Amino acid sequence: MQTQELTRLANELRIDIIEMLAEAKSGHPGGSLSAIDIVTALWFHEMRGIGQNELAPDRDHFVLSKGHAVPALYAALAKKGFIPHEELMTLRKTGSRLQGHPDRVRLPIVEASTGSLGQGLSVAQGMAMGQKLNKKSSRIFCLIGDGEMQEGQIWEAAMSAPKFNLSNLCVILDNNGGQIDGPVSEVMPIEPITDKWRAFNWHVIEINGHDMQQILNALKEARDLQEKGSTKPVFILAHTVKGKGVSFMEHPTAWHGVAPKPEEAKRAVEELKAGGKKNV
Amino acid sequence: MSKATRQAFGESLARLGAEHPEIVVMDADLSKSTKSELFAKKFPDRFYEMGIQEANMIGAGAGMAFTGKLPFLCSFGAFVTGRYDTIRLSAVYAQANVRLIGTHAGVGIGDDGHSQMGLEDVSLMRSLPTMGVFQPMDARETELVMDYLVKQWKGPAYLRLTRQNLPDLYPQNAQFKPGKLMALRNQQAKIACIATGASVAEAVQASQALEAQGIQMGVWNAHCLKPFDDETTQNIAKSADLLVTVEDHSVIGGLGTCVAEAIAKVSHSSRLIKLGIQDLFGESGEPVELYDKFGISAKAIAAHVLAAARRG
Repeated sequence: MQTQELTRLANELRIDIIEMLAEAKSGHPGGSLSAIDIVTALWFHEMRGIGQNELAPDRDHFVLSKGHAVPALYAALAKKGFIPHEELMTLRKTGSRLQGHPDRVRLPIVEASTGSLGQGLSVAQGMAMGQKLNKKSSRIFCLIGDGEMQEGQIWEAAMSAPKFNLSNLCVILDNNGGQIDGPVSEVMPIEPITDKWRAFNWHVIEINGHDMQQILNALKEARDLQEKGSTKPVFILAHTVKGKGVSFMEHPTAWHGVAPKPEEAKRAVEELKAGGKKNV
Repeated sequence: MSKATRQAFGESLARLGAEHPEIVVMDADLSKSTKSELFAKKFPDRFYEMGIQEANMIGAGAGMAFTGKLPFLCSFGAFVTGRYDTIRLSAVYAQANVRLIGTHAGVGIGDDGHSQMGLEDVSLMRSLPTMGVFQPMDARETELVMDYLVKQWKGPAYLRLTRQNLPDLYPQNAQFKPGKLMALRNQQAKIACIATGASVAEAVQASQALEAQGIQMGVWNAHCLKPFDDETTQNIAKSADLLVTVEDHSVIGGLGTCVAEAIAKVSHSSRLIKLGIQDLFGESGEPVELYDKFGISAKAIAAHVLAAARRG
């Protein structure tokens, strides 16, 4: 898919995110909207072996470690035909496969059950180890959050993945700067981010996480490195904006865990339908 | 003959590794103690030294399970079950087909003291939906439980093992019935003792000592604490007047709780004495002395039963 088309698609998925959260009356719009450009680039461009409602045995895998952004994943899965589009409106409702956080038992297309932060990267690492042992070419992409980097387990995995030469593992940080109690820089500073991951022996790339071309370029760089025989796992620092794409939601904390009311959702969708010019 | 169940575990793992290429083993810098090194020596390509990172080991183990592997994730019971949140979400909620191995169970490890003693591990693991919890009483039963965990069990399970040697107790040619209580002595006695792991040998000794004083006490072995054999327990409670449970583990959430829960479901329940670590911390010492101090040695068991029998 071309860059512009991906940008347009991400905007369309933003509408799904707003609508499912408004229907659910709870959830996390801020971190879903900051992640959706990256999720779109992965599911509709970079990840191999993922067709329309069809998976190849050697396919790439995706672990959403920042599980609260799962509306972004559900939106992509619906567009890919793995979930009927109307099912998005069952998000967080009793009996739904679309749990408030990813659940790989109820919805097996989801690769890891996450939602207690800091855990998904370890699972992704294990998948990378397993596929390497299986001699499969599958790559594992893992999306983590910046607040999540405060978890100790993240650093266990950060130390461990390079030991096992997991060049089939690519971590993307959705660095939106906000967490529940306030800005990440105030709650518990995580800078200097790139220095830390470089010091842990990762190949580090830094991009604007809303510039589709930059996202695609970074993912290509990761792919090229692996094909050229690099042994390092890749870390992509993606600078993002919480609530990206809806003007009144772009705020580090205000829309972390608050669903839009019907009137707000209407305004948001109108704004997104008007072209999502902010995203280009 | 006597052998530590951790040793029998390591030997079983090395044996099963040959016919089960899906087995992978991770250890968190304790492979010499957990005996996973016996597998590592034989299958270095399927052994992962994870360093002192138990939580990452458990998460990575879950990830490997999702790629078709059968990971054994090894550490001391206190440390591995201490990473409860990772076990709860990454492994159990996700139904990862992993085997958590916790060695150094109970005050029976002795000198190292409380921090190294798995004392609440069974309680923690039992609280997780679908989690299997197993504790063999000797080397032979460890082999049988390992066969079962590799060849038949699906989903997450916890295996609790001892540091110290345990005497051979498994009856020759007995048929292994997964999950079922096994009668070892005096099946029909009016006093019935149900024990698990290292405590089974103490219960057998106590039963022998009591017999010399004219008191019959039956001994049952529980190698599986979840799913627990409620049915046999309820049948035992039907014929016995007094039930005694013994475990080298907290009495909160362990074997004693399993038995209490089982008999509470029926109207004919008998009295229950729960021997184990009575809501206390462990401490350093000679294992034999600690078993006396915490009231789970053969001598202590016999004394408790005598006192209860006298009270009537």
